[in-house]
Amino acid sequence: MGKTLAEKILSQKSGSDARSGDIVIARIDLVFAQDTTGPLTVRQFQACGFDRLANPDKTILFLDHAAPSPNRTVSNDHMLLHQFARQTGCFIYDVGDGICHQIVAESLAKPGDVIVGADSHTVTAGALGAFATGMGSSDVAIAFGLGKTWFRVPESIRIVVSGKLSKGVGAKDLILHLIGNIGADGATYKALEFSGNGLANMSMSDRLTIANMAVEAGAKAGLFPADSTTKNYLRSQGRGDHYQPLSADSDAGYERTINIDLAAIEPTVAKPHSVDNIALARELKGTKIQQVFIGTCTNGRLEDIAIAASLLKGKRRHPETRLIVAPASPQVLLAAIRAGYIQTLIEAGAIILPPGCGACLGLHQGVLGDGESCLSTANRNFKGRMGNPEAFIYLGSPATAAATALSGEITDPREVM
Amino acid sequence: MLRGRAFKFGDNISTDHIIPGRLAHLRSNLPELAKHVLEDADPTLASRVKPGDFIVAGNNFGLGSSREHAPLVIKMAGVSAILAKSVARIFFRNAINLGLPVLICNTDKIDDGDELEVDLKASTVKDITNGNRLTFGKIPQIMLRILNEGGLIPYIQKYGDFRL
Repeated sequence: MGKTLAEKILSQKSGSDARSGDIVIARIDLVFAQDTTGPLTVRQFQACGFDRLANPDKTILFLDHAAPSPNRTVSNDHMLLHQFARQTGCFIYDVGDGICHQIVAESLAKPGDVIVGADSHTVTAGALGAFATGMGSSDVAIAFGLGKTWFRVPESIRIVVSGKLSKGVGAKDLILHLIGNIGADGATYKALEFSGNGLANMSMSDRLTIANMAVEAGAKAGLFPADSTTKNYLRSQGRGDHYQPLSADSDAGYERTINIDLAAIEPTVAKPHSVDNIALARELKGTKIQQVFIGTCTNGRLEDIAIAASLLKGKRRHPETRLIVAPASPQVLLAAIRAGYIQTLIEAGAIILPPGCGACLGLHQGVLGDGESCLSTANRNFKGRMGNPEAFIYLGSPATAAATALSGEITDPREVM
Repeated sequence: MLRGRAFKFGDNISTDHIIPGRLAHLRSNLPELAKHVLEDADPTLASRVKPGDFIVAGNNFGLGSSREHAPLVIKMAGVSAILAKSVARIFFRNAINLGLPVLICNTDKIDDGDELEVDLKASTVKDITNGNRLTFGKIPQIMLRILNEGGLIPYIQKYGDFRL
């Protein structure tokens, strides 16, 4: 029997015939930690007695979750990570250099790679055909020291997409729809593997949004084949030589197959306090929103900012709704400036944050007040996520976010297009 | 043999319930961080939990972030094991890596406050309060070895590498 993408990549990196359910030890092509998980990673690395990295050029630290630092303790953690980078020779992306998963996509991940990060959204790089997964600080510390880790080869769920998304409907709506159907634990310990003729209509930005949220269904990885879209994206990043075609075998074995007709997807929103608690945006009309947040590793890319700017052009946000926009990287921010999107957004009443995680995880830059509701393009709406357990988070696409910023209540973007 | 009281929770207790992102500034001050364990699910837990007690949950316990601080603060609170119907993948691995047992079993018949006795070798849970007896599922051999060494760091210190 043929192999799934997960089995193929883990076979190659473990030097074995890896099949779902097997335990393998695989070489790691890239390992990273960020500023909220990095300090414990460094301490576990030192506690284990390591004094050098297995592969300094494949080991990265990112200062993105609280950047710039909101207080002295986080500043001290940033100093600790800088010191570790100086001592060990690993590369550090500093405050303002962007969100780890966006930088991994733009500059580091390749098809066929095994990538481990001390951040659950490491799965994002699955969009490029990399087996990428999040782990805790101890696992990542050992990966820093040994350059390898163990995996249970996951069973895969095949998601076959056909056709094309309608106008006003985005990749975010598709992944929210899928998680709503299979549940927040619908893919626990498994990989989601995307295929079908609909992939030809999905940009790399779309794929990154979808792979990013695989973990919200519990998945270990969200994998796309490496195809002409991957090739063109890598070329656009000056990394054409990093491309290799990669796809699952036609006779691979899947745990199950889910078919999705893209044309049938409508603007979808996850309601508080879980990602699988979905409704259609039009069904939530009348839900007042005090803050709209556009950004994060899920939806902080140029295409996301472009659709928001197109809906907000020449208009003004609702007077009782704050609009916060955080581009995912300096590359995204600069391109958005050149295209005029940033000016459009500021004229519409938006606050522009520096590249980074921004308000997503409740540390700073947009903490919600008691009883307030936010429509966010992020990936999580857990109770307390944005800094206040007395607040409410709705998740939606950048188009739904922009339409909501205009009306002050959850709005189907097709109403204002 | 582990013995203690059950602190019962429902489904989908996330890492933000266990230790929210807004407390990330305390992550280098673990004793202070541990005072907030499971605060957004039960603000009274930290003051009531005693060494040896159990966290008993429904489905998908620990979903969300990769933050190892989540199982770490539960362990620091003295909890001797987590019993749940199912556990999120990263949390499961993190807990084992810290030497904190995670036991997958049907927790429906365990009530909050029940006195439990867990036999890790025999894979059994005895609910002393209601007399019920449960068995929990096996975990992969590599995780069992890591757990038996007290966590991943002592495991690697002992063996220097992963052993299959």
